[in-house]
Amino acid sequence: MKNWGFKIPDSRTLDLDKEDLKLYNKIVEKVPSARRCIMCGMCSATCSAANHTNFNFRLVHHKFRMGMFESLASELDKCMLCGKCRMLCPRGVNTRAVIYNMRIILDNMYYKNI
Amino acid sequence: MENKKTVLVIGAGPAGISAAKSLANDNISVTVLEKEDTFGGNINNWAKLFPNFKDAGEVKSSLIQNFVNNQNIKIVYNKKVTELKKHNQKWIANTSDGEVFESDAAILSTGFKVFDAQYKEELGYGIYPNVITSVEFEKMYKNGKILTVQGSVPKKIAFLNCVGSRDEKVGNHYCSRICCIAAVKQAIEFKELYPQSEAFIFYMDIRMAGQFYEELYRKSQEKHGVVYIRGRISETSSTIDKKVQIKAEDTLAATPLRMTVDMLVLMIGVEASKSTTILSKQNNIDGPYGFAKSKDIHTADNYSNENGLFLAGSCKRPLTLTETIADGKSAAISVVEYLKQTK
Ligand code: SF4
Ligand code: SF4
Ligand code: SF4
Repeated sequence: MKNWGFKIPDSRTLDLDKEDLKLYNKIVEKVPSARRCIMCGMCSATCSAANHTNFNFRLVHHKFRMGMFESLASELDKCMLCGKCRMLCPRGVNTRAVIYNMRIILDNMYYKNI
Repeated sequence: MENKKTVLVIGAGPAGISAAKSLANDNISVTVLEKEDTFGGNINNWAKLFPNFKDAGEVKSSLIQNFVNNQNIKIVYNKKVTELKKHNQKWIANTSDGEVFESDAAILSTGFKVFDAQYKEELGYGIYPNVITSVEFEKMYKNGKILTVQGSVPKKIAFLNCVGSRDEKVGNHYCSRICCIAAVKQAIEFKELYPQSEAFIFYMDIRMAGQFYEELYRKSQEKHGVVYIRGRISETSSTIDKKVQIKAEDTLAATPLRMTVDMLVLMIGVEASKSTTILSKQNNIDGPYGFAKSKDIHTADNYSNENGLFLAGSCKRPLTLTETIADGKSAAISVVEYLKQTK
């Protein structure tokens, strides 16, 4: 086993030891239903914004959960908060509230100093 | 008075116990041969059962009612059957200590064994002390604590599904069916013991195909905050302080992932027990992966292709405890049908 060569390329790698998963808890406090997401992709399949852009709410939600915050702020700007996704979600996730609260946190992280 | 019919039941796990009780109830004389010095089989490895967290000991107690002190049931312990053969319409079982048992019909209820995680060397079981199996987790939980080898409460624990199942590399293409729900159960038990700690489950698919399983999965997310990561762990290594470093892909984000956990629990799969394989082969009723093959999975699942030899429980395939107990009864009904025909 010692020769297996356990090496992980540093860039591009999601490092769950470093990333702050605790930020997601702030979303969960406000929107407990977020935790129930099973990443089925119904929301992103029906998404109004996805008709015109490459916006993917499922992926943005997932990346936020795993602490991959890069470029999420500008991604979220593509959402119109129309709420169509919420009408379909089989786990009753309050998707709009998740988006809204992610925006608040990310805006504070990325835009406050501009 | 007409001669009492006799049936040999091989294995005193849940399937064998349940079959023996039903047969005894029909006034058939049953001899149960058990290779261990006690009954219960794999149920002895569980602390609490999914999906309702019922105490496994309690379930066992109610299962063995009318089993141990039944005048129609003779239980013989430490009897490992090495040969089972039909001879002149009788079933003859030879045991490793040279004893011979004879009967009108026989039930194979030789059950399963768990996958030996050391075959998946890249996961570090047997090399890194904080990599444990789901069976060991269960044992620890029975004693009330989940602790690392250093004796501390894990701040982060990860469960890895499908170890030894759905894996061509170990020759098992099938799904073991019980490990997904067992992982959900154990993650909840862990979070209830240590709410401040974090629990992660690495999975390929979450298979919740039983009553209340999906609800439990949902509860583990909503109430306990168990985090599910879609991706199979490719390899592990150890840090200097004996933590376990994990390498996987977060396939939902198409991103390589690494993390360090205090403990890794391997959800080991279900395989045919040695006796199952040996005794099925002797009677040409062996199926894929060394399990015993039933005559027809839909309509004659307790029959084998060998007249008078019946199958009960997880010697056929991975089953839940609920299914196993029901299957034992079902096998008994088939035996009664058969004995009536043979007169
Ligand atoms: S539809 Fe609901 S459960 Fe499915 S990915 Fe979207 S938020 Fe998650
Ligand atoms: S609320 Fe946003 S994510 Fe949901 S459907 Fe509308 S645009 Fe898409
Ligand atoms: S039940 Fe789940 S963990 Fe077990 S083999 Fe099947 S998919 Fe894998």
